[in-house]
Amino acid sequence: MNSPNPSPRVGLFVTCLVDLYRPNVGFAAVKLLEDAGCRVEVPRAQTCCGQPAYNSGDNEHARQLALQVLEAFEDFDYVVGPSGSCLGMIRCHYPDLFADDAGLKPRFDALCGKTHELMSFLVDVMQVETVDASFSGRVTYHDSCSSLREHAVKAQPRQLLASVDGLELSELEGTDVCCGFGGTFCVKYPDISGRMAADKVAAVEASGADTLLAGDLGCLLNLAGKLRREGKSQRVYHVAEVLAGMTDIKSIGEGER
Amino acid sequence: MQPNSQHFKANATAALHQPNLQAALKQLELGFVAGRARCYEGLPEFEALRERAESVLNHTLENLDAYLLEYEARVVEAGGQVHWASTPQEAREIVLRICRDADARSVIRGKSMIGEEIGINDALEGAGFEVTESDLGEYILQLGKEPPSHIVAPAIHKTKDEISDLFFDHHQALGFSERLTDRSALVAEARQVLRTRFLDADVGMTGANFLIAETGSNVIVTNEGNGDLSCTLPRVQIVTAAIDKVVPTLEDASMLLRLLARSATGQEITAYTTFSTGPRREPDADGPREYHVVLIDNQRSEMLGSELRPMLRCIRCGACMNHCPVYGRVGGHSYGWVYPGPMGSVLTPVMVGLDEAGHLPNACTLNGRCETVCPVRIPLPDLLRGLRARQHQQRLNSASARWALGAWAWVARRPRLYQFLTGMAMPIMARLGRKSGRFSRMPLAGGWTRVRDLPAPQGSTFQAQWQKRGRNGS
Repeated sequence: MNSPNPSPRVGLFVTCLVDLYRPNVGFAAVKLLEDAGCRVEVPRAQTCCGQPAYNSGDNEHARQLALQVLEAFEDFDYVVGPSGSCLGMIRCHYPDLFADDAGLKPRFDALCGKTHELMSFLVDVMQVETVDASFSGRVTYHDSCSSLREHAVKAQPRQLLASVDGLELSELEGTDVCCGFGGTFCVKYPDISGRMAADKVAAVEASGADTLLAGDLGCLLNLAGKLRREGKSQRVYHVAEVLAGMTDIKSIGEGER
Repeated sequence: MQPNSQHFKANATAALHQPNLQAALKQLELGFVAGRARCYEGLPEFEALRERAESVLNHTLENLDAYLLEYEARVVEAGGQVHWASTPQEAREIVLRICRDADARSVIRGKSMIGEEIGINDALEGAGFEVTESDLGEYILQLGKEPPSHIVAPAIHKTKDEISDLFFDHHQALGFSERLTDRSALVAEARQVLRTRFLDADVGMTGANFLIAETGSNVIVTNEGNGDLSCTLPRVQIVTAAIDKVVPTLEDASMLLRLLARSATGQEITAYTTFSTGPRREPDADGPREYHVVLIDNQRSEMLGSELRPMLRCIRCGACMNHCPVYGRVGGHSYGWVYPGPMGSVLTPVMVGLDEAGHLPNACTLNGRCETVCPVRIPLPDLLRGLRARQHQQRLNSASARWALGAWAWVARRPRLYQFLTGMAMPIMARLGRKSGRFSRMPLAGGWTRVRDLPAPQGSTFQAQWQKRGRNGS
């Protein structure tokens, strides 16, 4: 890879879950990107990437939302966001949705080429090797399916976590197996989804970690919800919150202390 | 087999509460998944092989008509007969006619999924033939009158105890009076029973793992040798095979065999790999007098001309189901028809109807693990998503789901309105959940809160906070 532009203009794709549920992850992403030298902007004309429609077979609505994202983001040097799933939608699936549209296809291909999941962008593109953060605890890391399979994110978060002061990583057994979230799957098939989440929670327990991290808020809400339902005490954070040193707020699903 | 896929959800919930099944499915993970992983560690050319397999099979499908005709010509040259069936019913009628014309009384079967697909056992038994499944797993299921729950390990869901009972119940009449519990004693008893059936059978039926166009041969792989006996001992041999089983050359079949056993059972090669070409010829000492191949379409021509074409590359290794987190929790019977797991969730809607099997393409998290292990690189998640799009186009999904999607998309396309609404709602929700940090119940989110809590949101939305901080935006 060529040496990167030292201060690229990055459009942050916040993702709807982060926007609504966990703004702290968005601010953590901004901090990490700015620390890496990026100029970060947050286009206001963004809502959702359209994945719920796409995965429900509603390609027409998915295309409309894809166009909205294209128009808001195509002028940036890069499009980056704290989710393998949403950024995977833009990177891997938008071009398919416009495969037969000779006018738009090249624009979506170009967008696809500059769209990255946050961990992958920091390490692979900006060549960040360490972060300046501390976190005391033993963490385990769940590889979200989309980060793993659509962005080849596996080593990157672990490399950055290794530089966090006081943090010890204990690997999760079966970390490449789905947590049972799956978008609408988790509400359409709650019993199956619940069993998958329960198995993941058991693996978290077995890891001996006191904190669970991942790079996708969908997985995290699912697993935090399951941990709380089962009365477990492990804390749950998005990996960006830890890497940015922004864990001074309650963890996901945690009540008042 | 009558499809029962519309009850997937209830089937699955029941399966989640069957301890025996759950224990068996854990074994699958430990056995097949770990075995496959070990195999591929020792195969540095795995990716190259996958690529080659994909391209050979794509080429074959591109020229399927020509390769099928070439195959037919070679079979006829070797003294065999080829029959073409477009539907399962035609296939059954052809098989019955061959058996009647041969004055057959008994049929021995090697394991084949196409046999399940066309429901051949019921048809044969209904017509008065005595049918015996010779694969141990299939034999157990025949005694228990159950369909297979896995395409490679059909009786994976049965415990040793259940098998002991089945053998005891059915073998007493044959002079076996003891209820056996030892694994190898059970196998030995089955072998004794089956051996006489092999010797008595008039017709031997097998499927085919591959059909080779350049030689007119069919290939079957087994670990028990039952396939060899089924196709060499009886005087009539019938091969039932789907049209997508044909490959151009012997070399292509050998290459695919390198992927098949490794992906299926974690073996480098199966114990038996059998090539048969036509009936017995001079100076053969054994082999069938008649050799028939029934080539079955059953919707495959339709698939060939649609976006589902990549599914026709499938070599039936079962790796997709072995690695599927849903299959691994609910087992094969939940899917309600012959083919379970990811490959079955593509095939079943095509073969039994998207209305009957509407759950299957949706009962998937699109996690993509199946695609990464598929030896012929079938993009299973994309195909399942494609079936969801068909459901949406044909209005087979629920009116409420369509309405909700439409309403959500309408708002999501209006960022200012979206941000106004969410900016109001999220702080309220955050306040309601502040104390406990979560909701254990939530209106309209019953599917979520049935099995897990819903974490409370943090507070104001990111967009609202960002605007307030006066940060850039456009």
